[in-house]
Amino acid sequence: MDASPQQHPPVEFETDPSRYRHWQVQYDGAIAKVLMRVDAAAGLRPGYELKLNSYDLGVDIELADVVRRLRFEHPEVRTVVVTSGHDNVFCAGANIFMLGSSTHAWKVNFCKFTNETRCEIEDATANSDQMYVAALNGTCAGGGYELALACAEIYLQDDGNSAVSLPEVPLLGVLPGTGGLTRVVDKRKVRRDRADIFCTTAEGVRGKRALQWGLVDAVFSRSRFEQEVAKKAKASAERKVDLKPGERVGVKLGPITPDRGENRRSYRHVTLSWDPAARTATITVKGPSEGDVKLVEQGGAAIHAAGDQLWALRAMRELDDALLWLRFNLLDTGLVLLRTEGDAARVIAHDRALFAARDHWFANEVLLHMARVLRRLDLTSRSFFALGDATDSAFAGCLLELALAADRFYLLDDEDVRVGLGPLNFGALPMSHGPSRLSVRLAADPNKVQELREQQELMGPEDADDAGLVTVRLDKIDWDDDTRVAIEERASMSPDALTGMEANLRFVGAENDTSKIFARLSAWQNWIFIRPNATGPEGALSLYGKPQRPHFDLNRV
Amino acid sequence: MVSNTVDLNAKIPNNVGLSDDVKLQRALEKWLPSYLEWWNDMGPSDFAQKNVYLRTAVSVDNDGWAHYDYVKMPDYRWGIFLNPRQEESLIRCGDDAGKAAWHEVPGEHRNALRRIIVTQADTEPASVEQQRLLGHTAPSLYDMRNLFQVNVEEGRHLWAMVYLLHKYFGRDGRDEADMLLERRSGDPDKPRILGAFNQPCDHWLSFFAFTMFTDRDGKYQLAALAQSGFDPLARTTEFMLTEEAHHLFVGETGMDRIVKRSAELQRLDPNGDVRNQGGIDFDLIQRTINYWYTYSLDLFGGEISSNAADFFATGLKGRYREDKYEEHRALGGTYRLPVVEDGRLSERDVPMRNAMNEVLRDAYVHDCERALRKWNRTLEEAGSPTRLALPSRRFHRHQGIYADHAFDPTGNLITKDQFEQRRHEWVLTPSDNDYLLSIMKASHEPGKFANWIAPPTRGIEGQPIDFEYVQLRD
Repeated sequence: MDASPQQHPPVEFETDPSRYRHWQVQYDGAIAKVLMRVDAAAGLRPGYELKLNSYDLGVDIELADVVRRLRFEHPEVRTVVVTSGHDNVFCAGANIFMLGSSTHAWKVNFCKFTNETRCEIEDATANSDQMYVAALNGTCAGGGYELALACAEIYLQDDGNSAVSLPEVPLLGVLPGTGGLTRVVDKRKVRRDRADIFCTTAEGVRGKRALQWGLVDAVFSRSRFEQEVAKKAKASAERKVDLKPGERVGVKLGPITPDRGENRRSYRHVTLSWDPAARTATITVKGPSEGDVKLVEQGGAAIHAAGDQLWALRAMRELDDALLWLRFNLLDTGLVLLRTEGDAARVIAHDRALFAARDHWFANEVLLHMARVLRRLDLTSRSFFALGDATDSAFAGCLLELALAADRFYLLDDEDVRVGLGPLNFGALPMSHGPSRLSVRLAADPNKVQELREQQELMGPEDADDAGLVTVRLDKIDWDDDTRVAIEERASMSPDALTGMEANLRFVGAENDTSKIFARLSAWQNWIFIRPNATGPEGALSLYGKPQRPHFDLNRV
Repeated sequence: MVSNTVDLNAKIPNNVGLSDDVKLQRALEKWLPSYLEWWNDMGPSDFAQKNVYLRTAVSVDNDGWAHYDYVKMPDYRWGIFLNPRQEESLIRCGDDAGKAAWHEVPGEHRNALRRIIVTQADTEPASVEQQRLLGHTAPSLYDMRNLFQVNVEEGRHLWAMVYLLHKYFGRDGRDEADMLLERRSGDPDKPRILGAFNQPCDHWLSFFAFTMFTDRDGKYQLAALAQSGFDPLARTTEFMLTEEAHHLFVGETGMDRIVKRSAELQRLDPNGDVRNQGGIDFDLIQRTINYWYTYSLDLFGGEISSNAADFFATGLKGRYREDKYEEHRALGGTYRLPVVEDGRLSERDVPMRNAMNEVLRDAYVHDCERALRKWNRTLEEAGSPTRLALPSRRFHRHQGIYADHAFDPTGNLITKDQFEQRRHEWVLTPSDNDYLLSIMKASHEPGKFANWIAPPTRGIEGQPIDFEYVQLRD
């Protein structure tokens, strides 16, 4: 079996609760219970069964949808209990047979997506007052424990049998791929020598020792488990939180399904098109209309009333879908050109109004969501060139973030072209390692950031160049040739080297847990994934579940 | 309770050099009091002070492994024995077949071995717990003695496994040995590891079915472990098999005696109604077979199992009578297995190593079929028209690839609703248990037997059937 997308229909990321195969959410006031009940026969691809609550991309697409909808559709929820709907097993992690039979690209993209979902869980706990707790009512291995690690608290059933484990190293010759190692020592601060034992013991750690080592926050006997978890959930849901104002009525996230044309997906505000011969794609984002700006200027209640039709939410959901679709379905597209359409001044006005309304819970969620989508862009392993080549391009405010996220920003030197900074460019949309894209770009000159913050006005190409926002400023005569050559040159280089190089250059500054997770994922895990000891014909991952035993090349590299 | 090594050595018959092994002494000194405490709490209730005519293994010699005498159970000498080996031990299966066996735990296989041993060990105290109240309703002194013999030997098997944990697995091994005394059969919070060992065994029909079917799983597990490349495990389990044979004898002949008695009562009753005569009717016996046989099938593990493949490939666990096979790697072949696909049964070829649980289950099923033929011969000889049968191995399963589907006793795929509608016809019901408990009245007179069971053909170790196997009078 080959799970590469070429032989299969493209992966789609839109879903909704009526289509879930693997999850169920029960709402009880301020508490939501997310039940994982994976349908073993409903894998996204043929050739493996999702036994013991193991998961594949399809399961995680639903989980991502659950997490997102909880924030937008259920703002009344304070505590989310993640637990298993199957007896005696919480989650066995990513399905090993799925991994073993997948292409490298599929594994890498799968891991990245699942990581982003785990980060969304932490983001909801940190920024939306939706605290996730994991109730491990059975054995919890690998990705299952990593899902638990993304939760603020972990409760384990103490029945002499249920264990938490990260068996990837001893069993499969790979690493835990969703941040397990980092979260064990950095987030939970498990002592690193104990972590060493934990991560090399396939069967994991049970009960009291798991508690003593800090791998879980509480253990309860089986007969009292449900009751004690309910008690914890209740206490957590009643915790004192400084809730943002605004009527706590959920906003339903309706479909954003694009029109699909030949080499094109057209959403309302976003278009993704691609040129298979040139191996390039173009994402164009339309800025807000005058009506959109007027609406936002009416403040929180009006923004709330606009719901999922709000430009800032809808456009970003579309961009998110386009990025995911591109990652999984356009594998050989190495370079993505980012364009914007609209009015730069209008984007700034929009941002100002939205930022001013940020105390309203829904406006806040919209901003947090925007930040997450932009982080998805930062973390996409394709080259991005932002092209500001038309006089209606609108690289300003939140849309300037696209240019700041891009590896290069080409700007047409035309007196009608405008670039602008607004309130969202100075920390409201942080990168995964914390700082704003602007401060990352101007790392050599922090004072400049402060200076620009005070100006916050539209700039012509020359001023933008002076401010350090532009990579290459080209006049009309040079534009076509120079951009064509740059695009062709980029497309000709080694995709692997470019991926590594971009990941090194994009995240200037100090690391945090999240950036460590992604950095180590791309550096170590993806390297191990292609090493013969994991995926060669005699590698541990290849042979898992097969009658032969793995053989390792014992040289340390 | 045990304060010094001299005591320890005297108390524990062994051929493992206990007197010179400080590490082992230290571990056992600590564990022994906990074990005795567990035995007092969870062993046979209320019979601690009675003399029981028991067999004790005091050495591995021909005349040492079966020493018969009266003994009070808490004073039973739980010993530690390895089967002696003349020739050099070899790894008998898997990738390293033919190489020298391991006399110490190879680091590479430490976790897998520990898991195998702990899982096996956990069944030993579990069955003692399941059977702890049965002494009160024994159908005869002969049967009561057999029950206690089984119990003390399960205790000794626990010792044998704990020896391996203490001797070869360091601190982790000691922790696991302690945990073996903490789990409890049927306890919702600290259940025993395997399902069948948490099922209630509260009357003698279940006891005989358990020793017939569930202990027989034990025989096959032990036989597979007796092929292990980890020499101490192979030699320990080999010795355990000699004792396990008695448990199977108790189960198989116990069921046979019930069958025989029921056939007599069937003939005796004008309407052929066994229950009317206070006996155990054949439908109920069949439901008991269906229940315990299928729970025991679960114990062999998944039909398609990467663990089974690993254990075989690494030489940790072989097939039943691995020495009878010509080829010990089993790398090429496949095993054809009925599986449920798209709502119906079809066949799939599974790599042989991944089907090793099924290969072992085959040997077990074969053995059970032999016992059924024997019981049916008893029925035939007694002139009864009734015949008993083993259900399909797909029926009433809680583990493996059939667990999520419903089958009738002949193995046809049916709906879960259909199964539930006929469950009471097919497996033991609460009302069955009520009836059985109502007829299970103790029979404590030497040579006397309860109405629902025939006497055995001979006594223990040449003693007459009316021998006082348990001295109940003070």
